[in-house]
Amino acid sequence: MTWLTGAARELLGLFVDDGSLAVAVLAWIAAAVLVFPRLPIGGGWLAVALFLGLALILVENLLRTARRRRP
Amino acid sequence: MIGWAHAGPSLLAAFLASLVEFVEALTVVLAVGTVRGWRPALAGAGLGLATLGILVVALGPALARIPLATVQLVVGTLLLLFGLRWLRKAILRAAGIIPLHDETVAYAAETDLLSHSPRRLLAGWDTVAVGASFKIVMLEGIEVVFIVIAVGAVGQGLLVPAGLGAAAALLVVVALGIALHRPLARIPENALKFLVGVLLSAFGAFWAGEGAGLAWPGEDWSILGLIAGFLALALSMVAFCRGRTERPA
Repeated sequence: MTWLTGAARELLGLFVDDGSLAVAVLAWIAAAVLVFPRLPIGGGWLAVALFLGLALILVENLLRTARRRRP
Repeated sequence: MIGWAHAGPSLLAAFLASLVEFVEALTVVLAVGTVRGWRPALAGAGLGLATLGILVVALGPALARIPLATVQLVVGTLLLLFGLRWLRKAILRAAGIIPLHDETVAYAAETDLLSHSPRRLLAGWDTVAVGASFKIVMLEGIEVVFIVIAVGAVGQGLLVPAGLGAAAALLVVVALGIALHRPLARIPENALKFLVGVLLSAFGAFWAGEGAGLAWPGEDWSILGLIAGFLALALSMVAFCRGRTERPA
């Protein structure tokens, strides 16, 4: 059982390092699946919005981490 | 026919990501071989590779039975989580916010740990040594398998370039390991992780968007745009975070 828990933790660790980053990315993708199709915007703008949202999530996370760890 | 917009980045992403993973595995296998002997080190590594082979054979065809949009969404999301995790860490390391990973230090720590672990024999095999070698090959190998399947399974014919990239990385690392007999500390691991993070994040965003039913401008060619976008963002963030850490308090 300990071995199984350890393996599950290792597997989760492949994708999740900072929990808040993972949660924000999942929430943004959920929005892309559930909310984007209802918006009155067409063409490639929604795909661009997906990228910009991901970029913003990464920037916010980096700034927060940098501020927290600043010597 | 596979377009170069897909095949080129797939091959490169799989090669670079696998190179990083195999270098990390080599460090531990070398430590096991040096401290506890080459027989258990190579047996553990071989057992790990065989188990990974079984995983690939079992999982590969199963993925083909799932609808493409679902595979794209799930694999794209996992690739994004994986790629952004690598990219975040590589940016923080490049900016000097967290320390760089050092293979020489990792090798010394593993050697020390193995030197102090008692020998437990089973049918003449040093189980601690076999276990250590097996575990690291499995751990790093699962990441390689995930990357190859993730990069290769979402587009028709992409598994071949992704698999070739990973196989080439394995050959390079094994050849260097045999030739040098020491950890590959000179490989710029963080720069590689930085690049791989950019590539996997771009692939992840593309596939997640496709899976969500979004239309990318320029279709497949937007992957190159996404790579450029993530790269520009990451480089800017390194400069920005470095400036913040160097500023006097």
